[in-house]
Amino acid sequence: MTRRTVARALVYLSLVLATLVVLLPLTVVFLTSLKSSEEMANGSGALALPDDPLNFGNYVTAFRDGQMLSAFGNTAVVLVVAVGGTILIGSMTAYAIDRFHFRFRKLVVALFLVAALVPGVTTQVATFQIVNSFGMFDSLWAPIALYMGTDIVSIYIFLQFIRSIPISLDEAARLDGAGAFTVYRKVILPLLKPAIATVVIVKGINVYNDFYIPFLYMPSEDLGVISTSLFRFKGPFGAHWETISAGAVLVILPTLIVFLFLQRFIYNGFMRGATK
Amino acid sequence: MTDTTRKATRPAPPAAPAGPERAPAPRTARTRRRLTPWLFLIAPLALLLTFTYAPIANMVAYSFTDWDGVSPELNYTGTGNYTELLTRSELFEVFFVSGYYLVASVVQIVLALYFATVLSFNVRFRNFFKGVLFFPYLINGVAIGFVFLYFFQDGGTLDSVLRLLGAETDHAWLGTPFSANTSLAGVSVWRYLGLNFVLFLGAIQSVPGELYEAAEIDGASRWQQFRHIIAPGIRPVLGLSVILSVSGSLSVFEIPYIMTGGATGTETFVIQTVKLAFQFNKTGLASAAAVVLLLIVLAVTWVQRRIVPDEKVDLV
Repeated sequence: MTRRTVARALVYLSLVLATLVVLLPLTVVFLTSLKSSEEMANGSGALALPDDPLNFGNYVTAFRDGQMLSAFGNTAVVLVVAVGGTILIGSMTAYAIDRFHFRFRKLVVALFLVAALVPGVTTQVATFQIVNSFGMFDSLWAPIALYMGTDIVSIYIFLQFIRSIPISLDEAARLDGAGAFTVYRKVILPLLKPAIATVVIVKGINVYNDFYIPFLYMPSEDLGVISTSLFRFKGPFGAHWETISAGAVLVILPTLIVFLFLQRFIYNGFMRGATK
Repeated sequence: MTDTTRKATRPAPPAAPAGPERAPAPRTARTRRRLTPWLFLIAPLALLLTFTYAPIANMVAYSFTDWDGVSPELNYTGTGNYTELLTRSELFEVFFVSGYYLVASVVQIVLALYFATVLSFNVRFRNFFKGVLFFPYLINGVAIGFVFLYFFQDGGTLDSVLRLLGAETDHAWLGTPFSANTSLAGVSVWRYLGLNFVLFLGAIQSVPGELYEAAEIDGASRWQQFRHIIAPGIRPVLGLSVILSVSGSLSVFEIPYIMTGGATGTETFVIQTVKLAFQFNKTGLASAAAVVLLLIVLAVTWVQRRIVPDEKVDLV
C-alpha cells in the first residue's frame, strides 16, 4: 500500500512540476507587462511583483504604437474570408468525391491525397513567384488564397463526415425534384455542421497563429497581422521588455479566452485534424 | 424502383450511370449530370493545382537553373545547384541543427506518452492538468518566441529561478551554438508537447474501460497494463507522431527565426532556404534545397507508411 502512495505522490509531483514549467514563463511575462520602465531599469528581478498591479500603461503603448488595432483588423478579415472559403472548398470537394461517380475520380482523389504529404514550407520559394505573378503579393489576398487553397486536412475532415450522412436523404430530396446544388445546400451543408465547427476551430487557430505566410507575403507595415505586428516590436521597443510583454499578452489573451470556453471542441478538433 | 432500394442500402453514388433497361435520358440532361461533379470541383482543383502542384513543378525546374527570382534571364546549370548544396559544407551544416530538434522530439514523445498515461487514470484536477499541458500548443509562435527570449535573457526568468534555488549563473543561454540550440529545442518541446499529449490521451481513452478492469482483477500492474493494453492501442497515433516529428524537425522555422534570427549556429534548413531565396536572390539554389527537403520528407513518410500500415489511407 505504501508503495502505491509513494508512486501517487511522485505522479502528482511530476504534474505540478510540468504545470510550473508551462505557467512560469507566461506568468513572468504577464507580471513584466504590468511594470513601469523605471521598475525594469532598477532591475528588481524577473520574478518580482509589479509595484502597481493595475498599471496598464504598457498595454496602451503596445496597442497604439505597435499598431495592434489594425493588426487585429487584418487578422479578422483574413480569418473570416479564409475560413469561410475553406468550408466551401472542403465541403464541395467532399460532396463531389463522395456522392458522384465520374471519370478521373480516382485521379482527383490521388491529387488531393499526395498534396497532403507536401509540407507547405518547402514549396514557398516557387509559390512566391506564382502569388507574385497574380499581383497578390503584399495584399491580404495572398494569405487568403494560400490558406484556402492548400488546406487538405479540412477536406479530409469533411470527407470523413459526409460518409456518415445517409444517401437516402439525398435521394429523398432528389425525388422531390431537387438538383445537385440544392441537395448540397439544403441537405448536405446543414448536416455537416459538426465538421464545420471542427474546421472553424482548427483552421481559425492556425490562421490566427501563422507567422510564415504573412511574413513572406505582406511586408507592408499597414498589412500587419497580429503575428507580424508583434514581430515588429523587436525593432522599436528593442530593450523595452515591458512593452513587448504587453504585446505578447495582448496576442495570447484571445486564445486563452477561446480555449477556456471551447475546450472540449478544441481537443476533439485537433484530434480529428491531426489523425485525419 | 429496385435500383433505388439497392442504392440506399449500399453507398453507391446516385449519379451513377443508369442501367441499360432505363430509357436513355435526353442528351442535355445526361451531359449536365456528367458535368455536375466537375462544377463542384472546379474551384478546389484550380486552387490545388495553382498553389500546390504548379509550385512543385516550377521549383523542380528552377532548381536546375541559376535564376535570381527577378531578372528575365536565366541559364540552365544542370545539377550544379545540387552539387553546390552537397559540397559546400556550410550549406549542409543546417542538417546538424535538425539533430537537436530530432532529439527534442524523442523527449517530447516520451513525456507526452507519460503524461497521457498518467492522466488517463483517475487523477485529481485532471482537466486542469490536461488544459495546462495542451494550452502552449495554441499560443501564437511569435508570442512564444518573445516569452522565451525573456526567459533565457540575462537576468531573465530562468536566471532568476536558478538564483532562487541557490545556483548563481551568468551563463548566456543563447550565447553558444550548443547551448542556444538546446534552449531552442527545449522551447519547441514546450510548445508542441500538448498536441502529442492530447493525441495519445485520445487514443488511450478510446480503449474500452472493461479491459483495464479485467486486467486489474487479474492482478496486472500499472506497467503491465501500459505494456499490453495501452501500447497496442496507441500504435497508429505513435506512428503518426513520429513522422510529424521527423518532418517537423527538418522544417523548423518559427522559433529559431523569431528568437535568434538564425544567429550563433541556430540556422535551420528552412531559415537558410528563405534567406537564400529572399535575401540573396538565389532562387535556383534555394529551389534545389527545397527539392532536397521535400524528397527527404516524402521518403520519411513512405518509410513510415511501410512500417506502420495505416488502413485509413485508402480514403474512398
